[in-house]
Amino acid sequence: MSIFVDETTTVVVQGLSPTSQGMYHGKRNRDYGTKVVAGTNPGRGGEVIEGIPVFATVAEAVEATGASASFVSVPPAYAAAAILEAAEAGISFIVCITEGIPAHDEARTYNRLVQDHPGTRLLGPNCPGIISPGKCNIGITSGDIALAGGPVGIVSRSGTLTYQALHELSQQGVGQTTCVGIGGDPVPGTNFIDCLAAFQEDPDTLAVMMIGEIGGSEEERAAEFISEHVTKPVVCYVAGVTAPPGRRMGHAGAIISGSQGTAQAKMEALSAAGAVVAQNPTEAGVRMVEIVKGLG
Amino acid sequence: MDLFEYQGKQYFARYGIPTSPGGVASTVDEAVAQAEAAGYPVVVKAQVKVGGRGKAGGIKLAADAEEVRRHAGAILGMDIKGHVVHRLWIEHASDIAEEYYASFTLDRPAKTYLGMLSAEGGVEIEEVAATNPGAIARLHVDPVRGLDVAAAHRWAEEAGLPDAARDQAAEVLVALYRCYEEGDCDLAEINPLILTTGGRVHALDAKVTLDDNARFRHPEWEEFAATETEDPREQMARDKGLNYVGLSGDVGIIANGAGLAMSTCDVVSQVGGAPANFLDIGGGANADVMSAALEVINADPSVRAIFVNIFGGITRVDEVAKGVIEALGRVDLRSPIVLRLDGTNVQEGRALLQPHLSDGLMAEATMLEAARRSVALAAAGERGSEERA
Repeated sequence: MSIFVDETTTVVVQGLSPTSQGMYHGKRNRDYGTKVVAGTNPGRGGEVIEGIPVFATVAEAVEATGASASFVSVPPAYAAAAILEAAEAGISFIVCITEGIPAHDEARTYNRLVQDHPGTRLLGPNCPGIISPGKCNIGITSGDIALAGGPVGIVSRSGTLTYQALHELSQQGVGQTTCVGIGGDPVPGTNFIDCLAAFQEDPDTLAVMMIGEIGGSEEERAAEFISEHVTKPVVCYVAGVTAPPGRRMGHAGAIISGSQGTAQAKMEALSAAGAVVAQNPTEAGVRMVEIVKGLG
Repeated sequence: MDLFEYQGKQYFARYGIPTSPGGVASTVDEAVAQAEAAGYPVVVKAQVKVGGRGKAGGIKLAADAEEVRRHAGAILGMDIKGHVVHRLWIEHASDIAEEYYASFTLDRPAKTYLGMLSAEGGVEIEEVAATNPGAIARLHVDPVRGLDVAAAHRWAEEAGLPDAARDQAAEVLVALYRCYEEGDCDLAEINPLILTTGGRVHALDAKVTLDDNARFRHPEWEEFAATETEDPREQMARDKGLNYVGLSGDVGIIANGAGLAMSTCDVVSQVGGAPANFLDIGGGANADVMSAALEVINADPSVRAIFVNIFGGITRVDEVAKGVIEALGRVDLRSPIVLRLDGTNVQEGRALLQPHLSDGLMAEATMLEAARRSVALAAAGERGSEERA
């Protein structure tokens, strides 16, 4: 099994035109085997682009195709509206990879979803997306570096470190159930705890790799959750030990404020919660391979 | 982007938050002119983006033009915790009866806005939080519903603000919320918010941090951006559209992805080295981006070795290798490069690099080995330059 997306997931790509980001990644996702059933574009309703039927609105696309998930990669100024449009159309899983959305747009959108569309889960924004190897890939993760069959679930705040983790495990013949990139923004739609809970419930996931970074307190909260609710082995890595306070390290959410959000504090909390804490991404891969081999 | 106090006050004014009459000055003569316009007595305040100005002697009261001249002359050019004072804010001095604190920020775990209000203002809020946490009234504001005057009034009462201040304070709090939300601030803080002996409530200071992601809908921020004093390395990187943070070591870092770039800095320091910078070139790594990144690193005189750490996902390693080779042809580097390439098509990529390897371009298979090599090269480079000197 997998979490959030599988072989039955059907995807509508929002903002589809022959040259859009959505087209580029949507086509890649379809080539991987993802069921990309529709696109939307207010000016191109009725067209078919590279075999993908385009509708003016998400509601029309859902009505015609029954799409269950949506993929948003529109520019920052339009992302909040696109997410809400998908939720209003009844989409239950929205992946938004857009980088650079204002924090207040994220806060308003998140709270609007919680209040008016409790059945909708948003992944991202500013995330690489999600892949359940061999079943479904929504976003920008390269399918080549993932390996189907489990037993490891991956959840990460960082894009390239996620790829690194996937690659190291796949190279050693250790597969993944699902790899979720939750993104590095201040208000992520899906957080570590959501993914840890889902992996704990998923019978095919036997161990979890968690990749965090500086800023906020999501890792500390995840540590609490791990100590209380996660019985499966967890290997963690946290980036940013050398990051200076007050500086934004690439991601809008990766910023140490005062004494809050340091990598050291996060690693200590995760270690105290019983997780294996690696000092670098390579070591995290090695430790996970050892754990999986030990599972027999 | 952090604003200077005077810019914060200008921003406050847009949203109707009352402040003292005043103006900005960058010379002693301008300071006197602003003081005459504001009316004596005035306060002469150093404009630096760091706390503790008062203790450092950067805030002075002046009763007349002569005193303004003396204080402005002393404060301009003063170094406050590494920040040189280039501008002053001159405002009419207020008769303070009471000092409060008010702010809005994002509460990340709760995913809502957090307002903090205290009747004990004028000191660092962290200090109040540590010594007397009960003195801070916290209010979570739903980003969808917002804050109205009635709720702000109840909040002021809860925080223990006196009757005389509550009506005006509620209006200021609603305006501050609008400034924070509509104005796309990461932080909007008034400390102190004062009640004057004349019964007027207004902002005596302004601390504002703007959300850089919202710059596209705020053309009025351009003037704030113009006064940002930046590390010249960061200025150059920004001009080239790169994500760069200057650090103080001697190993230049280039990586694709923010997490990997941070992780690369960490690994360099784990093996005993010191990163010169954080540089994220984004998901791809073509020759143009790589050349731009190498130029920025090359311009940093403290760099003795360069560690390029690329994971090829969508952009395959062979494409990255071609980009690196092409970039090396364009930029005349002062320091050796250690490359660590991994990901899709890694064998093809390494094969492409093989004929180009030399004392100036080395390849390592893992992050850790590449880190060790670049740290050793940086140390050798350091010795070499000392010997030459």
